[in-house]
Amino acid sequence: MSGNKDSYYLPTPSHWPIVGSLALLTMASGVIMMVNKISMGGVTLLAGVAILLFMMYGWFGEVVRESESGKYNKQVDKSFRLGMSWFIFSEVAFFAAFFGALFYARVLSVPWLGSGDTMAQLWPQFVASWPTSSPGVEQVSGPGSMAKFTPMGAWGIPAINTLLLLTSGATVTWAHWGLIKNNRSQLVIGLFMTIALAIAFIVLQAYEYHHAYTELGLTLGAGIYGATFFMLTGFHGFHVMLGTTMLAVILVRSMKGHFKPDAHFGFEGVAWYWHFVDVVWLGLFVFVYWL
Amino acid sequence: MEAVHDHGHEHHPSGIMRWVTTTNHKDIGTLYLFFSLIMFFFAGSLAMGIRAELFQPGLQFMQPNTFNQLTTMHGLIMVFGAIMPAFVGFANWQVPLMIGAPDMALPRLNNWSFWLLPMAAILLVGSFFVPGGAAAGGWTMYPPLFIQGGLSGDMTIFAVHILGISSILGSINIITTIMNMRAPGMTYMKMPLFVWTWFITAFLLVAVMPVLAGAVTMLLTDRHFDTHFFNAAGGGDPVMFQHIFWFFGHPEVYIMILPAFGIVSSIIPTFARKPLFGYASMVYATASIAILSFIVWAHHMYSVGMPTAAQLYFMYATMLIAVPTGVKVFNWIATMWEGSMTFETPMLFAIAFVALFTIGGFTGIVLAVVPVDIQLQDTYYVVAHFHYVLVSGSLFAIFAGAYYWLPKWTGHMYNETLGKWHFWLSMIGFNILFFPQHFLGLAGMPRRIPDYALQFADFNMISSIGGFMFGATQLLFVIVVIKCVRGGTKATAQVWEGADTLEWTIPSPAPYHTFATPPVIK
Repeated sequence: MSGNKDSYYLPTPSHWPIVGSLALLTMASGVIMMVNKISMGGVTLLAGVAILLFMMYGWFGEVVRESESGKYNKQVDKSFRLGMSWFIFSEVAFFAAFFGALFYARVLSVPWLGSGDTMAQLWPQFVASWPTSSPGVEQVSGPGSMAKFTPMGAWGIPAINTLLLLTSGATVTWAHWGLIKNNRSQLVIGLFMTIALAIAFIVLQAYEYHHAYTELGLTLGAGIYGATFFMLTGFHGFHVMLGTTMLAVILVRSMKGHFKPDAHFGFEGVAWYWHFVDVVWLGLFVFVYWL
Repeated sequence: MEAVHDHGHEHHPSGIMRWVTTTNHKDIGTLYLFFSLIMFFFAGSLAMGIRAELFQPGLQFMQPNTFNQLTTMHGLIMVFGAIMPAFVGFANWQVPLMIGAPDMALPRLNNWSFWLLPMAAILLVGSFFVPGGAAAGGWTMYPPLFIQGGLSGDMTIFAVHILGISSILGSINIITTIMNMRAPGMTYMKMPLFVWTWFITAFLLVAVMPVLAGAVTMLLTDRHFDTHFFNAAGGGDPVMFQHIFWFFGHPEVYIMILPAFGIVSSIIPTFARKPLFGYASMVYATASIAILSFIVWAHHMYSVGMPTAAQLYFMYATMLIAVPTGVKVFNWIATMWEGSMTFETPMLFAIAFVALFTIGGFTGIVLAVVPVDIQLQDTYYVVAHFHYVLVSGSLFAIFAGAYYWLPKWTGHMYNETLGKWHFWLSMIGFNILFFPQHFLGLAGMPRRIPDYALQFADFNMISSIGGFMFGATQLLFVIVVIKCVRGGTKATAQVWEGADTLEWTIPSPAPYHTFATPPVIK
């Protein structure tokens, strides 16, 4: 279709989606092979990831080129905004499943295991508490025969990480103000600071995991506490890495002179995503680390 | 109206690459519909295997584990491979046409949403051929049984992930299209009801498909990464999976029926030659059903044990759904009341929908009653119930919609005689197949069992005969579709005398690009 500003931009046929589909099939096959100890699984997974990265580079590159050449009108811009909002909504629902598991275990299933007939039938010595074990308390970690572990305290690294992420939310907003005022150096510096804070967060989180595995005995296998701990913080950490990559892309685009004060959905979409990651972390800090 | 643009027509590659790379909502709608038809026959042939084995008591054709594979994969593939993609196909074709939009809001994403489906199908169908065979723990994938399965369990988990991504992206696209692409003057309360039902369905999908993704991810880590989400030995709880699964699963059953409501609400006014009775109440009823669907999930699991207060709450909340559903049924009947009705194939399927879906709805209320459900849990009564809502509900609506819009899509009228044969044989075969299953369930025959006690023999044989009849009849549908695509009486633009939504203002077949300049709605 034409690039006429009045008509909605309809892209020509694209081969990127099928590349993306094949990437996901390859990645899924790789993981399936790995967890079932079939050889070449790791290579297959890596190949899938490589195809996916190629697809993202090509697809997003095409969108960026179309955007910079002025093919998108206000209505297209709104479609992107709506699409991104609902995508973030679906991410919230994804995390809700794991928060649901956490609350279910803490409020219902662990107390049930430590009371009434269930306890008498299964593990009469089990004392229900959360975290399912803590130092100095005489009880097994889970109801079964799991090794002891120490839960992760809230006021060390996690508190620092909370500060890092909250600050990064502020710096990305500061960068946004720079973009609106057409102060390009404020935009670039703000984004740079945001990425630095994000990387600091990831490094500290990696250190925390290492500490948990080597010194605290806190692993994925450490009962329902370890499972919910690593699942929630792990998926969050994965989203932080994704968000950091997205921030890096818009930093490069900003340095290339992309985005205008009145049209910069690419920037805003990433900023929304970053705030979403931030809010999820606050939930994690309160319900996984602190309370 | 400038429906046809000279450029754009030829702007696509030819042959297979046209279909692989297309960003056109009509092409993608067609892809969805054909994919769904293929999966319908695959999962249908699994059902034929089930009915063959149950034709008489004893083990005839297969080992129990094979039988369990058939029931599991029949359920998974029918739900995710046949029914849902068919409705998305309708949405792709009809939503832009009905709101006067040039295409879906995000056309490349639309292509991706479709092309993820064959990848998931490769994993699901392929799982039959790996050591140990396909997943056999039921389509609900309950632990601990599912966790103990083999390689196919992982294939199923990742297939569900890919299907979930497809549904989420597709739904984001539908919501965005409806919110942003309506023609000038097309306010929300002027949208055709089909568009409304898909708007609400897409919202449900975006809300619950990620929850299913979370649930199967926990299954995967429980299987391979030493977590104990669903294992009491680590402080987890297998029942927790059921809660999370049905928090997805109950909205999911409405995802499979709300678009059907939309299709039927388009067809009945056309053939009754009267406007839909109570349009606004239909919209509110649809929204109410969607909201209630989030707070009734545990009625699927009364028998696993829960506090009495919780049972009472879930029982009453479930019964409440009968109110908005009743509003809909009465509105359809009131639309037909004193209408000048004709009974072409779409209308026949739509009327059968109203009657038979209502039977399925009533048995649903029966099953909502806790003491009754404790007796009937996992019996054939439940099987009969959900096939009345899914086959004579969702599937009949899909057939109704296909006959209704085929002339618009292909430019040819379908063969009315064959269509009527398809309807009547389906209608009779369906009832022979599933009505006796109510009696079997009330008498205590359990589901997901390849063999049964002798007293169930007669009804099972009747049911199987109905099953083979229903299955064979569906071949007629394929013949009708192929004949209609290849030729037939030229269809007019309006096709049906009483049809008045926007898609009937453009020529038949619908040009490749429509509404490049949006129509203005008064």
